[in-house]
Amino acid sequence: MSCSRRTLLKNTVKGAIVASLPISAFRLLSPAELKAAIGDEKVRWGFVVDTTKCVGCGFCVKACKKENEIPYDAPITRTWVERYVVTRDEKVHADSPMGARDGFTSARIDEETMESGGEHTAEIEPAEIAKAFFVPKLCNQCEKPACVQVCPVGATYQTADGVVLIDRTWCIGCGYCVMACPYGVRFFHPKYKVADKCNFCYHRISKGLKTACVQACPFGARQIGNLRDPDDPVTQTIMNERVSVLKDEYGTKPQVFYLGLDYTVK
Amino acid sequence: MKNHVLRPLWVAIAFVALILLARYVMVPRDFGVQGDSFTFNFHRAGNVDEWKNMPAVAYLGGETCVECHDEQGAALEDSPHVIIQCENCHGPGRDHPETENPATMTIDRSRGLCLRCHADLGYENSSRADLPGINPEEHNIDTQCVQCHNPHTAEFKEDA
Amino acid sequence: MVDPLTIAHGAEWTVKHGFVYPNEFIYWGLTIVMYPYMTGLVAGAFVLSSLYHVFGQKDLKDIAKFALVFSLALLPVAMMPLMLHLQQPLRGIEVMFTPHFTSAIAAFGMVFTTYSIIVLSEIWFVYRQYFVEQTRALKGSTDTGDQIKRVIYNVLTLGAYDISEEAVAKDHKAVTILAGIGIPVACFLHGYAGFIFGSVKANALWMSPLMPVIFIMSAVVSGIALCMLTYIIIMEWKKFRAVLRKGLGDESVTVIAGVEMDVMKKTSRYLIGFLIAAITLELLDIIFRGYTSMKSWDILREVMFEEDFTKIFILQYGLGNVLPFILLMLPKMTIRRLFVALCLILFGVFMMRWNVVIGGQAFSLSFSGFMNYDLPIIPHNLETYREGLFGALTVAATPFIIFWLINKIVPSMKEV
Repeated sequence: MSCSRRTLLKNTVKGAIVASLPISAFRLLSPAELKAAIGDEKVRWGFVVDTTKCVGCGFCVKACKKENEIPYDAPITRTWVERYVVTRDEKVHADSPMGARDGFTSARIDEETMESGGEHTAEIEPAEIAKAFFVPKLCNQCEKPACVQVCPVGATYQTADGVVLIDRTWCIGCGYCVMACPYGVRFFHPKYKVADKCNFCYHRISKGLKTACVQACPFGARQIGNLRDPDDPVTQTIMNERVSVLKDEYGTKPQVFYLGLDYTVK
Repeated sequence: MKNHVLRPLWVAIAFVALILLARYVMVPRDFGVQGDSFTFNFHRAGNVDEWKNMPAVAYLGGETCVECHDEQGAALEDSPHVIIQCENCHGPGRDHPETENPATMTIDRSRGLCLRCHADLGYENSSRADLPGINPEEHNIDTQCVQCHNPHTAEFKEDA
Repeated sequence: MVDPLTIAHGAEWTVKHGFVYPNEFIYWGLTIVMYPYMTGLVAGAFVLSSLYHVFGQKDLKDIAKFALVFSLALLPVAMMPLMLHLQQPLRGIEVMFTPHFTSAIAAFGMVFTTYSIIVLSEIWFVYRQYFVEQTRALKGSTDTGDQIKRVIYNVLTLGAYDISEEAVAKDHKAVTILAGIGIPVACFLHGYAGFIFGSVKANALWMSPLMPVIFIMSAVVSGIALCMLTYIIIMEWKKFRAVLRKGLGDESVTVIAGVEMDVMKKTSRYLIGFLIAAITLELLDIIFRGYTSMKSWDILREVMFEEDFTKIFILQYGLGNVLPFILLMLPKMTIRRLFVALCLILFGVFMMRWNVVIGGQAFSLSFSGFMNYDLPIIPHNLETYREGLFGALTVAATPFIIFWLINKIVPSMKEV
């Protein structure tokens, strides 16, 4: 019974929104607001990355790997930081050695991921640099996750609060989700032999803690919050600032929003 | 003799029935569509709670540390390093101090740790440039930073 | 000894250069190249046999029965590379238990089972009369081998012993119907292997609605080519034995050679038709991508014309398509030339699968880096066996072993 009442309520709210369209058309309604209005969940996790605050220390990556028990010396990682160096001749150099687990301690673009030989060079003269910045990456917990759509057995899914999880007892390890993610956040866990990726530290946020990466960041470049709560700083940022998302052309509707994203970011 | 043409069909049906039986036995009862969408919410319901408790929290946060280590907490109070979590340098605090030997917490004193922020990369428009930076290839090579710098107060050590 | 936990899946055979995201590796290696290749052979072999059973193409009568049994032999092998590839092979059956139908892979279990049932039933109807006859012929034999055989044949009859003219006529009708249903299912089985790739929107090379159709066409090409090739080998063996027994000039040798050439000439007409269709579609795909020049074209062009130029334009199109096409079109066909052409076609289709599967992962999702596939040859652990050369060879050898086994019970080369 409660279910049908909920449906009724939901439809009423939906109807009210549609009815009030001519008036609200003058007001910009953000997706988060709209969802807050029609959804029946109290929590919807969202993330804000302020790239202007990131210094590339990589403490977030270190904390994430240890917190989530991702083999520390394996090249895979749930979150990583990318470095972009744009030179005066508009060439873009980028790297993320070991996902920036040990930060960026040298001006050399990593030899391993950036083999010189092509037009890329490892060493860039400081005078040549037009701009340089760091971009932390993690799972976007998409509203329309392409990875979930392609799972053949229902081993990965979206929770009611918007986080995409993987059932380690049910994943067959076909790798289709790894292929389907446009952001490259998925990999195979060397120990469990199943697909793995960032889950916003679901075990932490469910206990009222911040994610390991948010806690470890000394500069507040990462923030996690509840998009359903209009007073949450994250919701405030998304509603009031000019934020963008990664690769929106794929229609996945990422729930990780970026401040200060450059057009050169891949 | 009855019509033999349908025989393979019976075999096929028996095969499908076998799979359905196996499915009934092997698929957990709570497997199904847990929300509005078959596309996004088709899974084993119990897995959500499993993730809520897995793995055990490793990074406890600085507030927990200073409950005992008040001296270090005080040293950090007016330090620019107050923004750095204790566990970033001291490692995750899980099981500390419950385990018999609290000294097992590894303190990372390597140059690499400090260089994460204080290596000067020359990125003028990045916030990295706002931090004091050194050239790691020239600045007191082969010396640990902590020999001269106090990592908590971020000041020069008096005896150095 | 390297700690296995520090090895990421794919890291052992992926060489990165340029800017590649940390988690990106070539996750789908040689086994996944084998998968559409093997399914393609299955579908192609079945379509070939159906051309006779459904459309009454009398010229294909001799090869039809052989193609049908051969497609049965290939059937388990289509699934094998997939199972080899899974990180959790024992959980593979979950695809049947909790199919998530929004995934292209989820339908695999169902489509594959349906198709298997159709092929098995069709073979049953074709050979039922033979099973009954064998059961009767072996009755009373005291030889243990014969007795085991008799039990097997007896089970295979499924208790239908009626081989009156009326009943056999019914069998033939059932074969026609099954073969009719089988064609769309076979095309679906393979077209949808193309859909698995074509629907991945994150992959710029794969995402194309043409992908399923391209896959079907090249599947039929490879299926027909393999059937012809195997047919040639078997006929040559027969000829060789006839020569040994009766001498070179014997009449039976010329008869075998005549039949062989006749069947091959007729079948190759179909092969050429499907080959033209396959090449046309593939070229259309490339031209369209170049003309529309979407964001991904820059990196795709680099992959196609620089990184993988040899594999795509020389090995696949040149050696695998154009050369055999010329060989087939030249007048005065000989078995030897046909044999070379068929091998080249099979190689060409294999390279096409390679260039799709591996080529699709040759560039990073960042569009500014590349990944080279370093095929593991000598395996040093299970992973490098499964995803390496020897895993693929195992897969490639299996259908012939199965075919040999099936032929012990269901003779596909004899006149029944």
